[in-house]
Amino acid sequence: MPDALLATNALTAHYGDFQALFDVGISVQPGEVVAIIGANGAGKTTLMRSITGLLTNQPGMVTFNGAQIGALRADQVAKTGIAMVPEGRQLFQSLSVEENLVIGGQMGRKGAWDLDKVYALFPVLKERRLVQATALSGGQQQMVAIGRALMSNPELILFDEISLGLAPIIIKSIYDALPGIIGEGMSAVIVEQDIAKALSVAGRVYCMQEGRISLEGRSNELTREQISAAYFGV
Amino acid sequence: MTTATYSISRSSPATRIAALAGFLVLAALVAAPWWAGRADMRLLSEIFLYLSLACLWNLLAGYAGLVSVGQQAFVGFGGYMLFALAIFAGLSPLAAIPIAGLLGALVAVPVAFLIFRLRGAYFAIGTWVIAEVFRLSFAQVSSLGGGSGTSLPVAIVRSMASSRSMREATTYWLALGMAVLVLAVIYLLLRSRNGLALTAIRDSEVASNSFGIDIWRHKFIVYVVTAGLTASTGALIFLQKLRISPDAAFSVNDWTAFVIFIVVIGGIGTLEGPIIGVIVFFLLRETLADLGTTYLLLLGLVAIVVMLKAPRGIWGFVKDRTGLELFPLSRRVVDENQKNGK
Amino acid sequence: MEWINAIVQGVLLGGLYALFAAGLSLIFGVMRLVNIAHGDFIVLAAFLALTTTSALGVSPLLALLIVVPVMALLGYVLQRGILNQTLGDDILPPLLVTFGLSVIIQNGLLEIYSADPQKMNAGAIETASLALPGDLNIGVLPLLMFLVAVAVIAALQWVFYRSALGRAFRAVSDKQDIAQLMGLNKAHVFGLAMALSLAVVGIAGVFLGIRTSFDPSIGPGRLIFGFEAVIIGGLGNLWGTLIGGIILGVSQNIGAQINPGWQLLAGHIAFLIVLAVKPRGLFPRID
Repeated sequence: MPDALLATNALTAHYGDFQALFDVGISVQPGEVVAIIGANGAGKTTLMRSITGLLTNQPGMVTFNGAQIGALRADQVAKTGIAMVPEGRQLFQSLSVEENLVIGGQMGRKGAWDLDKVYALFPVLKERRLVQATALSGGQQQMVAIGRALMSNPELILFDEISLGLAPIIIKSIYDALPGIIGEGMSAVIVEQDIAKALSVAGRVYCMQEGRISLEGRSNELTREQISAAYFGV
Repeated sequence: MTTATYSISRSSPATRIAALAGFLVLAALVAAPWWAGRADMRLLSEIFLYLSLACLWNLLAGYAGLVSVGQQAFVGFGGYMLFALAIFAGLSPLAAIPIAGLLGALVAVPVAFLIFRLRGAYFAIGTWVIAEVFRLSFAQVSSLGGGSGTSLPVAIVRSMASSRSMREATTYWLALGMAVLVLAVIYLLLRSRNGLALTAIRDSEVASNSFGIDIWRHKFIVYVVTAGLTASTGALIFLQKLRISPDAAFSVNDWTAFVIFIVVIGGIGTLEGPIIGVIVFFLLRETLADLGTTYLLLLGLVAIVVMLKAPRGIWGFVKDRTGLELFPLSRRVVDENQKNGK
Repeated sequence: MEWINAIVQGVLLGGLYALFAAGLSLIFGVMRLVNIAHGDFIVLAAFLALTTTSALGVSPLLALLIVVPVMALLGYVLQRGILNQTLGDDILPPLLVTFGLSVIIQNGLLEIYSADPQKMNAGAIETASLALPGDLNIGVLPLLMFLVAVAVIAALQWVFYRSALGRAFRAVSDKQDIAQLMGLNKAHVFGLAMALSLAVVGIAGVFLGIRTSFDPSIGPGRLIFGFEAVIIGGLGNLWGTLIGGIILGVSQNIGAQINPGWQLLAGHIAFLIVLAVKPRGLFPRID
């Protein structure tokens, strides 16, 4: 097995006295798509915040491309090549659609993705590029959020609950677009509550429960019973 | 079988000891005219008046979240009202003090309606504008000396008491009484339903709103009460000085900067904080005041360092480590069985 | 005629007030910080210019080349060193720390320069004036200051809405965490915002020092003028701030025309009227 692109090593996280993560160890190989599933409050978003540096940890708790990044600030982590599509889109409301995309690419990391390529992927964004980003529909905002993450040409992209709050038809079109995005040699972590959707795109799955990894395996080898046991703790 | 019975209590051994010590100190202070010299009494009066101002600002900023840098508006207003009532209406200065307070509360009503439209830090500067408006307005009143100010006529001063020492004792007692009154009012206010609401608002304005607490009304009441008591304190301050001018009456340094310093050093949002702060402030002043501007520079520095390193001040520092509380304000659960030794 | 003259002079004065206000407005927009020491920094800049002119023997306008970068650097260091630590949900720490800074600057200046009023001399340009039809005279210097104020506002507007820096300002202002994910170090962005704010303060301070006499105690008054211009114009609207400054300047001059003692009072009253009638200012942009 080659060295992992991303690994968390006995990662813990606290909010004040409350411990949100216990000894979490996940890894993502180069080019791999990994899903993280789990109920509300299982610690998925905390894990994302820890990886991206929005929560800082001991240096060795997160490694990326062989470097210890656990103690870096979020802006430093971003520059190493990790991008996130955050839960709830989180677009900058004072910026236009195009400005939201441009600010995603302003770190100047080289790669295939630029404004033209994002517009080619989501043509509707080009039509509406001068509109205030938060004036778009939910699905279009999700496209901006994805495009904004791609613009930094990351090696690893984290999708946090991208289907939350969107209509089924929109979710389908976004998931249809995913292979084309990830196929560029990028690795991805997909956080989902919708298990079927997650399994459809990911090669491997981690299931989280109460701040711990409760199950790990290849998507095509896990049974429904295993997953629901790990998901609901029954 | 013993059923656990619990009761809610606010007092603790520490609060009872503090209450006893408080009464002893108070008794000694009341008797000061018999044991203290003239200069000591002046200093003590000044301490009491600063204590009043500090407690009032603490109520405003620390409990109601109304960070004002314009309380000098009411200090000066109270002072000028005392002079105006005594000079124009022939009122005895003693009667003028409570009336000045009432007028201060009254004038705070329209002021509150205006500046409550501003939020947070902009509210703070808004209060400053109000103080400037007051200062500039009183500077226009030529019968009160305009920009250069006026003195309290000797006849009025003499009418206060039969002798000079009696007059000095009277103003001393008034200052002490003012501090006690302010502490009592704040203590009772915080123990009332209003106080609970205030604490809730301070902790989370959004949450208390959703519990149906009328935030605006509570803040308004606190603002007006504070203004009234600040004006009365101001009247007393200038009764001691016997002279008033717009710049002295509405000085942001004397009546706000120092007061904020006292509260921040002592511990904002606690009743104990201003008491400790005022002691520290006067210790510093009595030892360092000769340094002049350097002393003020140091004060600013200390305030910044405290705000950054110990934002809850000296008392917050002590309380965090000991859980000590001298005023019985917070409620604690007491196991009645244990208390009765069962 | 006197009245028209008072109004014209008031408009020109308003430009200076807009300069006082622009830096205040900028940092509030980016990080919701209100700098109580803002006026004292203006006075500090004026004294810095005074020292520069007397040490180098140059005109106050040339001193801008030194004062503006020094103030900007001071702003950056101050923000990174102290003010960033005070930012958060609680409004007290930034308020009290900048209040402490105000006390420190005032007394520091008092220590160095004494309480004597100072004034800088810009030379022949101070007395030059343009004669307009109808006996109207406009001083070249006030006009120049007004034009510079307009240019500064326009430049800030461009930076804020057209440049990468402004994009970063707006992004950090919108969502600090997410902006960090875009590789923006908010501590640095805030530092740059304060640097820009104090650069404008540098210009304002030099102009203040040429236009009127100044002493260490006048800072809070300048803060209040700037604040009033911001609120009158509407929060977050730079052109609104210019109009707010003009309204303030005109009100003061009209007040002074009626009675010299009413100059400042008239400005404050104009502010209070706007606050009573339109609490969000005349042209509000942000909450």
